[in-house]
Amino acid sequence: MENQVIKVRNLVKKFGRFVANDNLSFDVYEGEIFGFLGANGAGKTTAIRILSGLSAPTSGEVIVAGFDANKQSEKIKKNIGYMCQKFSLYEDLTVKENITLYGGIYGMSKQLIKERTGELLEKLNFRDYENRLIADLPLGLRQKLAFSVAILHEPKIVFLDEPTGGVDPITRRQFWEMIYETATRGINVFVTTHYMDEAEYCDRISIMSEGRIVALDTPEQLKKQYKAASVEEVFIKIARPVVN
Amino acid sequence: MNRFLGFIKKEFLHIFRDYRTLFILFGIPAAQILIFGYAVSMDIKNAGIAFLDLSHDEITMELTDKIISSGFFKKTETLLSYSDVDKVFKKGKTKAVIIFESNFGKKLVSEGKASLSIIADGSEPNTATLVTNYTTAIVNNFNLRFAGDASLNSVRIQPEVKMFYNPNLKSHFMFVPGVITLILILICALMTSVTITREKEFGTMEVLLVSPLRPIQIILGKVMPYFILSFINVILILALSWFVFGLPVKGSMVLLLAESMLYILMSLTLGILISTLSGTMQQAIFISLIGLMLPSILLSGFIFPIENMPKVYDYVSMIMPPRYFIVIIKNIMIKGTGLAYIWKETLILIIMTAVFTGISVRKFKIRLE
Repeated sequence: MENQVIKVRNLVKKFGRFVANDNLSFDVYEGEIFGFLGANGAGKTTAIRILSGLSAPTSGEVIVAGFDANKQSEKIKKNIGYMCQKFSLYEDLTVKENITLYGGIYGMSKQLIKERTGELLEKLNFRDYENRLIADLPLGLRQKLAFSVAILHEPKIVFLDEPTGGVDPITRRQFWEMIYETATRGINVFVTTHYMDEAEYCDRISIMSEGRIVALDTPEQLKKQYKAASVEEVFIKIARPVVN
Repeated sequence: MNRFLGFIKKEFLHIFRDYRTLFILFGIPAAQILIFGYAVSMDIKNAGIAFLDLSHDEITMELTDKIISSGFFKKTETLLSYSDVDKVFKKGKTKAVIIFESNFGKKLVSEGKASLSIIADGSEPNTATLVTNYTTAIVNNFNLRFAGDASLNSVRIQPEVKMFYNPNLKSHFMFVPGVITLILILICALMTSVTITREKEFGTMEVLLVSPLRPIQIILGKVMPYFILSFINVILILALSWFVFGLPVKGSMVLLLAESMLYILMSLTLGILISTLSGTMQQAIFISLIGLMLPSILLSGFIFPIENMPKVYDYVSMIMPPRYFIVIIKNIMIKGTGLAYIWKETLILIIMTAVFTGISVRKFKIRLE
């Protein structure tokens, strides 16, 4: 069997009487791009917050990058990258300052930060923007930069919580190219989205509904299983019956 | 440690890039000191005063001269009859009218007493009180010299005790400590609560929490720059009051600065507490300004003496930190007393700091859940 980078067994998260995550169990294997799909309020963000150590599970076993989320969340934090729905760079700092700040927070040496900054700016064609404030950059560029910053310290896993919200289709396309490139470098990508076309790009996807995982497989298998032409159809077939 | 320093540097960048923050930090305190020092002055200077002298003798003339030459008053009119009093007030320039009864001088010489009325314009209660107080003081003073040793003991005490620590009746001596007290708590609490809620609102707080930085480091890193800047602020305000108003610090400067540090720390922890209670910057601003400013001004003893309040307000004011710091700072600055006289207030501020920190840490953890 391949190596698991994330192992979740019987994860439950309750807020008072509300059950946000109801008995989740799944694995993410090394090198995978793992997609988390679901309508708003399905429990995606809660799950990603638990996996990234932001929030403690009510019960269940959660192992991320080899560490137990119940006891070793500090160690998990050093080995993951995170990019959230909301934009996560400081608008009143320059591109370079943001990179330096996050590099520093993750304990990278000055030398290393400098090297990586150079590579990163080169790769994104960002040389001219180095000393520009983030506030002056268009949204697409900011989003790409935010992703690059999230993987600056070469984490084992990077969590992307709806990273492409509000971005134009071309930038989304480029963004996914970056995600692929990242995965080939050996960084696992765990991404939540509600764009169904994006789900097609993932190696495996899990579909959540009302706090539960209702389907989990490769996009091809799911389409076959539900006799659907696209993941979107799969999603509608799975998610709808509950409502109607 | 490196992580932490980089984080602090970032906070300084935020502050220095935002001219509004800088203005609030340094502009407002300076403006407040000057406004309170000059405009909201409780002193009177050249207040209009009119005289109705029904006696017209040497003594009334001398007393009139004395009042006018005191520098507090300016003579507006000489009235001829009682009916003019109302008219002269309606014109608005006259704040008080002094009336000498007929045969004032004769009575004073023969009977040893004569009566004089001071009528003040009650539509401006503050000025009215001040004007009557000032004129009474001048008259008492005059009495004293006139009557000689016999009545010396009975009249001397009243004006002097009241103004003991402020012999020239300079009200900015009272205001500067009050303004420092008010400004520090407002700015520290406002700034920290806003800077923390800003990170929450922009989503950067999540990223910080996911990072290896510990929550305590995040909080310290956010608060530290404000601690340093507020401390510089105290020094600036003290320097400003020294250069502009000639207000000295009578007691130990070291003690004053140490107490200021404690008070800043208390205000910062209060700001952190506010940030844990509010989700948005607007809420934080609202709580800081409305929740702190009015009670601080009204209930701290800054403007209205606590002794004169109903007991209920007295109790309410006990939870207002400015109440204690104002005592501390007045004692050190104006009276020059040492720690022996203010240890109680100091202790209360320390306890408050501890309590605020305790609650914030708890709240912060709950939020992480």
